[in-house]
Amino acid sequence: MADTMRFELVSPERRVASMEVTAVRIPATEGDLTAMPDHTPLITTLRPGVLHAEGPEGEMEFVVTGGFAEVGAEGISVLAEESHSREEMTQEKLDRMIEAAARRHNEAKSNFENEPGPVDDAAKLLSDMMAMGDHIGLSPKQSNL
Amino acid sequence: MPSLKDLKNRISSVKSTRKITKAMQMVAAAKLRRAQEAAENARPYAERFDAVMGQLAASVGDSETAPLLLRGTGKDDVHLLIVMTSEKGLCGGFNTNIVKKSVQRIKQSRQEGKEVKIITVGKKGRDVLRRTYADQMIDHVDHSDVKRVGYGDAQEIARNVLDRFDNGEFDRAFIYYGEFENVVTQHPREQQIVPATFGGDEGEAPADKTLYDYEPGEEQILADLLPRGVATQIFAALLENAASEQGARMSAMDNATRNAEEMVDDLNREYNRTRQAVITNELIEIISGAEAL
Repeated sequence: MADTMRFELVSPERRVASMEVTAVRIPATEGDLTAMPDHTPLITTLRPGVLHAEGPEGEMEFVVTGGFAEVGAEGISVLAEESHSREEMTQEKLDRMIEAAARRHNEAKSNFENEPGPVDDAAKLLSDMMAMGDHIGLSPKQSNL
Repeated sequence: MPSLKDLKNRISSVKSTRKITKAMQMVAAAKLRRAQEAAENARPYAERFDAVMGQLAASVGDSETAPLLLRGTGKDDVHLLIVMTSEKGLCGGFNTNIVKKSVQRIKQSRQEGKEVKIITVGKKGRDVLRRTYADQMIDHVDHSDVKRVGYGDAQEIARNVLDRFDNGEFDRAFIYYGEFENVVTQHPREQQIVPATFGGDEGEAPADKTLYDYEPGEEQILADLLPRGVATQIFAALLENAASEQGARMSAMDNATRNAEEMVDDLNREYNRTRQAVITNELIEIISGAEAL
């Protein structure tokens, strides 16, 4: 059994990280999951959250939103629309992301008045985003909902 | 015959033109390098995305419940064309070629009795298309203040397009952009984005297919990812377009510089000849004056 596997984190504009890891904790839509080498092949969508990678080179944390993770035989690739390493994450970036989510929520509320589906999705996105902010110790600005 | 002074003026004006085109060429070269880098950096994401989407799409197949973005609306009446060109000119045939490609589709679609709608990105394409197809143009995306194309720009366009799709404004959508091959060659390209198409669809599918678990279900994942796929494809096209534009401008300006050089040479020769003629004339006058005495 291999001790490590390849882990890649890419955003549309660049490759954020590429390294050997022993375990990755992924914030998946249906709950966090930790993938280790020889995990069963899996594709899952992401919720906004903190991705935690552990390897011989140390531990790394990334903030990811929107996208999916593919756990395959060769390794794990995570494709996220926005991904920043934990250190790069600033209050400003978080505010921008939360603002976008809040706007989506409001749009959904006005566009789909009688369908709860999209509104709930947007609300979940927003609350996930807030929770992520709490988790990494940045105070989510109280947006007026 | 132009006087010496005229020639001198012309030479200096051509020389300053040459300086300008030379400078533009160098600026384009620097921008091209950056644009190519950006395109390079975006490639891993686009490729992985494409591969996974291809897999998902293949496994969901033509099922009744597949998202409309994949399956299509079942009609083929309204075509939406998203024509991406540059904001600035002076880049040779770059814009013309892209517009030509889109006009082909417009003509064909109309011949088949379909309705055509056009969204333009970049001023140059809008200016040309507006002359003939003003009624078909439904929107324009202004990128004149965008220095470097970001994913956000692509997302904006994608949202615009997807909103229209949700409202049933069109059945099929194509994007037009310049594909960058190298500095001297760029190809105008047409790509269908709705219903979604993926590069790795059939290719090596059966050979090394891993069976994935999907969480949540395949169709939910697809529904979540398809809109992102549209944005990704638009983003890739925008980046290609930016690189192509700079490449086209670079070679156009290189040609212009070379032409100006040739012209300066010709004008210099003419100038020298005229100068000598003037001297000879003066000599003749002096000599014949002396002889008359």
